[in-house]
Parts: sequence; C-alpha cells; structure tokens
Amino acid sequence: MSEKIKRFPGEELKGADIRVGKVPTIRFRPRVRYLWSAGVAMSRFIEGLKEGKIVASTCEKCGRIMVPPRAFCEECFKPVDGYTPVKDTGTINTWSVSYVAGDASRIKEPILVAVIDMDGASTGMGLLHLLGEIDDWKQIKFGMRVKAVWKPPEERTGNITDIRYFKPVKEV
Amino acid sequence: MVGKKRVAVIGAGMTLFRRNLKETGKELAWHASKMALDQAGLELNDMQSVVMGTAPDAFDGVHMKGEYLADGAGAWRKPYSRVFVGGGTGVFAIDAGWWHVASGQFDTCLVVAEEKMSSCYPHPAYAFTTIFDPIYSRPLGVTLIWIFALEMHRYMHRHGIKKEEIALVSVKNKRNALDHPCAQLGANITVEDVLNSEIMCWPVQRLDISPTSDGAAALVLASEDVAKKLTDNPVWIDGTGWCIDTTFWTNRDLYYPRYVQCAAQMAYKMAGIKNPPKEIDVAEVYDPFDYKELHHMEGLMLARKGQAPKLTADGVTQRDGDLPINPSGGLLGVGNPIAAAGLMKCCEIFWQLRGEAGKRQVKGDPRTGLAQAWGDLMQYGSVVIMRS
Repeated sequence: MSEKIKRFPGEELKGADIRVGKVPTIRFRPRVRYLWSAGVAMSRFIEGLKEGKIVASTCEKCGRIMVPPRAFCEECFKPVDGYTPVKDTGTINTWSVSYVAGDASRIKEPILVAVIDMDGASTGMGLLHLLGEIDDWKQIKFGMRVKAVWKPPEERTGNITDIRYFKPVKEV
Repeated sequence: MVGKKRVAVIGAGMTLFRRNLKETGKELAWHASKMALDQAGLELNDMQSVVMGTAPDAFDGVHMKGEYLADGAGAWRKPYSRVFVGGGTGVFAIDAGWWHVASGQFDTCLVVAEEKMSSCYPHPAYAFTTIFDPIYSRPLGVTLIWIFALEMHRYMHRHGIKKEEIALVSVKNKRNALDHPCAQLGANITVEDVLNSEIMCWPVQRLDISPTSDGAAALVLASEDVAKKLTDNPVWIDGTGWCIDTTFWTNRDLYYPRYVQCAAQMAYKMAGIKNPPKEIDVAEVYDPFDYKELHHMEGLMLARKGQAPKLTADGVTQRDGDLPINPSGGLLGVGNPIAAAGLMKCCEIFWQLRGEAGKRQVKGDPRTGLAQAWGDLMQYGSVVIMRS
C-alpha cells in the first residue's frame, strides 16, 4: 500500500459468525447437469479402454505418438494420421500423495497420483492416473516402472476409471 | 517501442485482502477503483475505457460476472472488456489496459481486478475441479492441488531441490507481508514451521500454499500527454508479454515454464532489456505456492535453471538484497484473491518505483520493476515491465 494512503476499505467477517447466521446471507445451490460428447478422438480412447487398450493418435509429419489422443496435431495443425494402441506400462514422471479431497476436506487414506510416461508413445507423453498396491507411499520413486490394473471386462464402462490404477512392476 | 503511444500508470488502489469480506464483489471493485482515481486526481468521467480482470464465474455463482461487476469498475456506458486467463488474469489485465491506450484508441483506461472467493461455500476448491478436461481427467477426482504438487515434485526432482530450500520463500514472503497494511497472512514463521505443517498433497504442505481470499485492486492508465499533465512522477509501462501453452499438461516437462519464458522474452524485447537479473531492480513474481516463486524466477530468466533456491538462500531476493522478489509479501503473505492478487503485484511495483512503499520500500531507488502472473492448467504466463 502506498504510504500516502491512510485507510484501506474492506470489513472482515468471521467465519464463525457466518456459520451461526449472524451475517445476512443468501444461499443457492446450482442444479446444472452436463452430458459431454466424448468427441472424435476421445471416443476412440474410451472405446479402447473398454477393450483393455490405451489408444494413442499418430502424426506422420512430426512423428509423434500422442496420449491422450487428439483429432488434430496441435504442433503441425493438421488432422492426425491414425490411431494406435500403446502399451499399458510406463514410467513415473512425477508423483504426489493427496490427503485432500475435491472440496478441500481431509481424507485419511491418501490418494496416490502420478503422471506416467506411457511405453510406446513419444517421449514425455504422460497420462495422469492413480497408483495402487503400494504399502507405504515413501516407496514411490521417480522413474519407477508401473503397469495398468484393469477392471474385469464386464465392469468396464468406457471411462478412464476402467483402469483402476497403475501398480509397480519388477522387470527382469 | 511497440505501440503508437507510451502508456503510464498514474494511480493505484486496493482493498484489504481477507478470507471473508462483507462487501460484495461489486462493492470491492468500487472501493479499489475509487481509490485509484483519487490517487490519480481524476474522476470517473475522465476514464475513456475500462478493463476488468476477474477469474472463474463459479466463485461468485454469477455466470456473467464481468457484466455483474461492471458498475463497480465504473464501466457503465463505456467501452468495457472483461479479461480472464485464470491466475494470469491480474497481470494480463494491465497488459490489456496498455493496448487500449497504446493503440491510440483511448487516452485513459481504468484497470480493475476483483475476486470474491468466499461466496463459493464452504470452500472454493470444488469450483476449481471444473477446470479439468471432463473426459480423461475429471473421473479420476483430480483437484487443483494435485497438479501443483506434481509440478513442484518434478521441479524438485529435476534439480535436486530440497523442501527446506523452498520453504525459505514462504518464510520471506509472510514476513514481508507484516509490513503490508492489506495483508491477510503476514507472519513470522520458520522453515521448521513449514516443514512441520500439515501435509496436503505431498510435497505440498499447509504453509507452502497461499490462502483463498476476497479483495480488489485497480490502476489508472493514461497516455503520455495526459500523464505528464497530471503528475511529475508517472510510472511507464515499457514491456508487456503474455503466452499460453497447450492444455495437455501431462505432455510437457513440468520442471520449467517455457510459456513464462516466452511471455518474458516478449516483454524484455519491448523494454530493450538484455540482461534481466542486472536490469530488473525489483520483481513481483507469482507465488501462489512457495516453489512457484523459484520456478517463475527461472522462467523469467531472473535466475538460471535450478539456481533460484541458491539466490534465495543467499538472501539475494530479500527486500534489502540485490534482486528483491515479492517485497509486498506476495500471494503467500498478502493473500490470493486470484485476479486481484495479480493486479496487487502491479500496484506494488508502481508504489516501489514511485518510492511510496513505506516500510516495504526496497533499497537503492529502483527504476525498473517487473510483475508476473501465471494460471490455467499450468500453461499461462503474463508479464509487465514498468520504469520510473
């Protein structure tokens, strides 16, 4: 604040006063719902998930194999040339351990999350997903090899959650 | 120099930043706007155009938020635009105000930024979950804090940076904020306090994060002719830059914000700056998390990649250091009403360059300052460079 300014507007409210109704307020809960078309590229992706496959798209101009797949290559700004499955294994690029839910409330059993660079896709093509079958999160390492754990085919709905999580794998 | 006209900042104003303020967003915008006009010695009638920066409509639950806030920004019957680029909005608002005047279309522009996050009750975090891709991200339950934790961790891993080194930023900024009369979270804390605070989303802990806040800020911009008539002490907008990267954030190496570098290069080129750490005297760098100050110093080329922690440990970024960063106290200390926080940074640079920052004044008569903000899915950078 400039030293020339002597008074700063704003009247602070106490959270407790708001909760017990001491402050005049109006409440509203929106009742909007959404139904998204998955789109041209992501329809291929989620249909692939139903079959236990992770589908990428390919651009012959830049040579990239892209996950998540897109209908157009944003670098070459041209339609992709096709769709191809990549492996369901990969390498942990970065990871985190969340004790906070979407509404900022706290959770006891932490959610393990990671960006996983997928095998068979171009370098650095990561997918956001969960990690599982890890007893202590301090065992998670950068560069750790992981593999998708799929729901049984009859439980798959065509959703990113058809993969339950990725689990560490030991490779020979 | 790009643009038809040179543009000056001639007045600034802001409200308190607090977790809950009684005033509506419109009322907060009015307070900040009125203060900025008073400081410039102008009336609303003198303003030919208005730019409003404000972040997601979901906070307010009013899905025409720019229009809703227009009266508070003095915009009625005026050319008005609302700009929104996530957390980058506050600094992008001054960039947008600049082109209103630089283009020659207007002699004056009132730039206002407002955020009232408390309206989203009980916590605005849930509104943030709607920023993610609905098909391949949201079903996983992704939250905003996940993605910052993933970025912070990647940055730490790539350069071998320790939590202790990052915590120094939170310690510095919260202490700086003790001298800011509007600050929400000024405090004397220690590195141990940060390291012992609640784990939110490893490696992010409670004291690594800025708060949610209500607040507003405003600036008055004027063309050179008008500014020179009104003040002997204008602060010139000599560089503007902005850049966005792809929303496919899991396809980028998060250790380095290339889009911030791109925005900075645009601004440096315009301002004729060749050696940023030598030529920038004071900077307000976007710090919603402590690691972001370091990450952004590197993106802004104020530090070499991986070297910002060392500058911090050496005291270079303290208010009395050679390159003071966030003398205001930043988002970590003053608070983080998203768009208003970015514009607060521009206000701070204005006051620093005028020598009006009081107890927060950095040493050595600063002549060149930088403010930067960042937002969306870790993909947007906005930069402004000012000179006195």
